[in-house]
Amino acid sequence: MTDTEQSLAPARASALGRFEGLRTFVLLVPPMAWLGVAYLTALGALFVTSFWSQDDFTGQIVRVFTLENYQTIWDVSVYHTITFRTIGLAALVTVVDAMLAFPIAFYMAKMATPRGRRLMVISVLMPLWASYLVKAYAWRGMFSENGVIDWLGQPFGISSPGYGLTATAVTLAYLWLPYMILPIFAGLERVPDSLFEASNDLGAGSLTTLRRVVLPMAFPAVVAGSIFTFSLSLGDYIAVQIVGGPTQLLGNVIYANVGSANNLPFAAALSTIPAAVMLVYLAVVRRSGALDNL
Amino acid sequence: MSTNRRLKAVLLAISALVLVFVYLPLAVVFVNSFSISPTFTWPPPGWTLQWWRLAFHSAGARDALLTSVEVALCATAIALVLGTLAGLALRRTRFFGRNVVSLLIILPIALPGIVTGIALNNAFRTMLGVDLGFVTIVIAHATFCIVTVFNNMQARLQRIGPSLEQASADLGAGPFRTFALVTFPMLRSALLAGALLAFGLSFDEIVVTTFTAGPQVQTLPLWIFQNLFRPNQAPVVNVVAAVLVLTSAIPIYFAQRLSGDSVNATAAP
Repeated sequence: MTDTEQSLAPARASALGRFEGLRTFVLLVPPMAWLGVAYLTALGALFVTSFWSQDDFTGQIVRVFTLENYQTIWDVSVYHTITFRTIGLAALVTVVDAMLAFPIAFYMAKMATPRGRRLMVISVLMPLWASYLVKAYAWRGMFSENGVIDWLGQPFGISSPGYGLTATAVTLAYLWLPYMILPIFAGLERVPDSLFEASNDLGAGSLTTLRRVVLPMAFPAVVAGSIFTFSLSLGDYIAVQIVGGPTQLLGNVIYANVGSANNLPFAAALSTIPAAVMLVYLAVVRRSGALDNL
Repeated sequence: MSTNRRLKAVLLAISALVLVFVYLPLAVVFVNSFSISPTFTWPPPGWTLQWWRLAFHSAGARDALLTSVEVALCATAIALVLGTLAGLALRRTRFFGRNVVSLLIILPIALPGIVTGIALNNAFRTMLGVDLGFVTIVIAHATFCIVTVFNNMQARLQRIGPSLEQASADLGAGPFRTFALVTFPMLRSALLAGALLAFGLSFDEIVVTTFTAGPQVQTLPLWIFQNLFRPNQAPVVNVVAAVLVLTSAIPIYFAQRLSGDSVNATAAP
């Protein structure tokens, strides 16, 4: 980008620069009006609402500043349990996905024949287009009593753990796996083979090369993938209803407060937890250059 | 060399296992749609086409499918316009707000869906006093679909570089003519790939949709979710699921025809 600007003659560059500045501004107005004004205002309003309260008798929102909602979240231990369970689950799902995704992404990017690679890319992409609900529903079938897992595990004396936290973790890991495979694949594909050869020539074995060359180069891509797996797990409340049995996650509690309990201010306060976690996460990973890998 | 071959064999074995993990549940859904057991008993105790017949005549499923397609088309159209504008605006310029703009475009997809969902629900109902319905779903979907178009544009613009457009300008074409005759044709396949992804994203979305749909409008994911737990509807849901698994081959086919872009593209959402 910068090399173009340098290559232009000074006079032309400044005239063009002024034109481009105006152009940038005009082009940016519609998308920024949509995202910067409408969307951000909606997020801001939600945040403001979290400092209001609900009148228990009339069900009306009382527009007076109060920290009551946050106080409740802070004081009632069940919200701590649910928060930590949700963050733990999201972290677990992310780690599992990274571990499953790395070998296949590496094989696709560096070892498969061009034809094999094409086939594998299609195989990984295909489930991405199958509906989210269908996939969660599929695991409901897998984990059900007398279902596939019971049947497969029977010879080994394994039975399905039933609907619960384990089933939720497996289902979420399954749902978001392609979002992890594809960035890692794209990231590894960009690493030139000559680096591996150089490492080999310098006497490093395969495992050393993997640890000292491949992993550091793939790290931003893994982080990019983790943004999706982590965020998507953090806010999920549908899959857990399908395969989670009685398990409660943050999403369920927020949903219940918008719906049946109809306490929007409290729901707003609760939803600042995943939003804050995500913003912190984004701020941390920005430094790793992962955002350019999205 | 031998360690290399062993590593390759190990990686291939793991890859194969992962792919089995990916496809087994989908295959089970498909097989179950022909099972006489309305629960998930495995192996299926017998076979029937009854559920397929029922699903084919289900008005609820058909209406929901139509709504989903309409929503996805409208949201994609809006996302195409806004994403293209943002992509063009950010090319070649390094102004201070550049990172802020990219972050803002990623935000609706990076924040958990439930946050976006409640924020928009609150904005529509409480702040604007609008009734939830078709339009509110489209607005919500367009918001998180912009990123797919934008990312595809960015990747393509980086690759093509400015020289052809400079040549066009040197040959006397104005900015609009250059855009129409030079820039746009080079962007077309990237835009298509972005649009395809936006469509898929919208078609499948349920979390944000739940909060912006209102009681009258039902998209296909909402219909599936509602009927999932009804014992007499579950087999019909199974058929719809099987159909969706099969039809997912169509966008894949198109994405592949748009060549190498599909990979970059799908890494986006």
